[in-house]
Amino acid sequence: MIGCVSPPTAGELTILGRDPVRDGSAIRARLGVVPQEDTLDVELTVVENLLVYGRYFGLPRRVIRERTAALLEFVQLADRARDKVDPLSGGLKRRLTIARSLINEPEILILDEPTTGLDPQARHVVWDRLFRLKQRGVTLILTTHYMDEAEQLCDRLVVMDHGRFAAEGSPRDLITHYCSPEVLELRFNPELHDLAADKLKDFPAERSEVLADRILLYVTDGDAALAAVRASGLEPVTSLVRRGTLEDVFLRLTGRRLED
Amino acid sequence: MASAGIAVPGAGIGWRYGSRSVRAFGCWLTVYRRIWRSSIWSSVLGPLFFLGAMGLGLGGLVDRHGTASLGGVSYLAFVAPAILATGAMNTAMGEASYPVFGSVKWNKIYVAAQASPLRPGDIFRGHLMFMTMRIAMNAALVTVYMRALGATRSAWVVLAWPVATLTGLAFAAPIAAWAVTVKSENNFAYLFRFGMMPLMLFSGTFFPISQLPGWLRLLAYATPLWHGVDLCRMLSLGHVDLPLALINVAYLAVLAGLGVWAGARTYRRRLYA
Repeated sequence: MIGCVSPPTAGELTILGRDPVRDGSAIRARLGVVPQEDTLDVELTVVENLLVYGRYFGLPRRVIRERTAALLEFVQLADRARDKVDPLSGGLKRRLTIARSLINEPEILILDEPTTGLDPQARHVVWDRLFRLKQRGVTLILTTHYMDEAEQLCDRLVVMDHGRFAAEGSPRDLITHYCSPEVLELRFNPELHDLAADKLKDFPAERSEVLADRILLYVTDGDAALAAVRASGLEPVTSLVRRGTLEDVFLRLTGRRLED
Repeated sequence: MASAGIAVPGAGIGWRYGSRSVRAFGCWLTVYRRIWRSSIWSSVLGPLFFLGAMGLGLGGLVDRHGTASLGGVSYLAFVAPAILATGAMNTAMGEASYPVFGSVKWNKIYVAAQASPLRPGDIFRGHLMFMTMRIAMNAALVTVYMRALGATRSAWVVLAWPVATLTGLAFAAPIAAWAVTVKSENNFAYLFRFGMMPLMLFSGTFFPISQLPGWLRLLAYATPLWHGVDLCRMLSLGHVDLPLALINVAYLAVLAGLGVWAGARTYRRRLYA
């Protein structure tokens, strides 16, 4: 709906101060879209993909040529400019899709799971480029299932569950609000697991959670909590003290059950 | 275009560099520059084989038994304009079926274009322009072959070229309007088997429809291909019955117009949902 490719079903929506139903075309002229699935034309070359797209926006060829050179430099694809798209790796295609979405110098860039399916190296290159765009003042609207991605890129974050806002704020705020500074993960011998869970029920944590294989204690100081657990006579097989993350927030808000 | 006088980047430039439909057309030209070689076989050699086999091969046999029922012309002269019109229909069906479907499902050309200022109607009209270009290209080639093989009897045949293109458009526009709504490509098999085949055989193409029983003849008059064949034949042979020709043109133009009208709607329903 924000991309003006679906009609709003209910409520009110304005994008860049305009009505998406009436001014969809004019709004789309100022947006960039990186869809979840690449929609590149794999029979064309890298440069031709940008040319076709630039023409959609009515840009003169000269302008497209100049921007293409700059954009391919920006996404580090300049050496593949004349290559066909088909044999490019997933990461390269992703970067080309991002370059293509920037051909009209958009004010808002909409990204739908931009790094899904990419290897860690490729993900970090994409993150790095997106961060630079953000620094240049481009508004990024990002949907993702990767909480580390959200933490890396987002200033303002909305957790959605079944189409409703479950929480809203900066990543830091959300962690402070819905999680503890640190999380202590304890793993016990399977035969001792239930016993330990029972014993830790009254442990002075902000919150505790008993999973099938682990017990999580949400605390302010993980090391101190671990010492206290040991002092109470429980000896975990493995223990891990870590920072509270957005993933914890997300799981707390949307639950651990697999749905949909 | 931009409404209420608000400056919109891209809109002004678009006005200067052609309408949005033309921009969509440009995409297909770029794609065609890449893949035109694969269409060579069907475009260049196909009609030549057809004219040779039907016009000269079969024609040799037919002509020996007298050509009165063909209007006194050789079988080659009789069948060539029909091959022209039929070829336009075949090109139209090919270009308006799988490529349209594929632009939604396979290479997603439409889906990509949709994130740009192009509207579904622009995407449709741009693609239709490309189909028309392909139809016109193939029809021009067949017209040249006809002239070269001595299959024409009149210089009016130059008008058979735009007429064949219109015939193609009368198929391409409604078929594209339908193809964009199709959920499975299997549907196109029906189009080719139950649409293209009978039309090709029974529209006065290979034999005059006076050979058909009366009720089937009426059916033939109702098919768009017959109108295209009839008009191309009149022009190629130089016997133009003006009122009939006008009916032919009107029929084809109305069909094309309906297709253009419907396509803008079906594309919108499919792409803006």
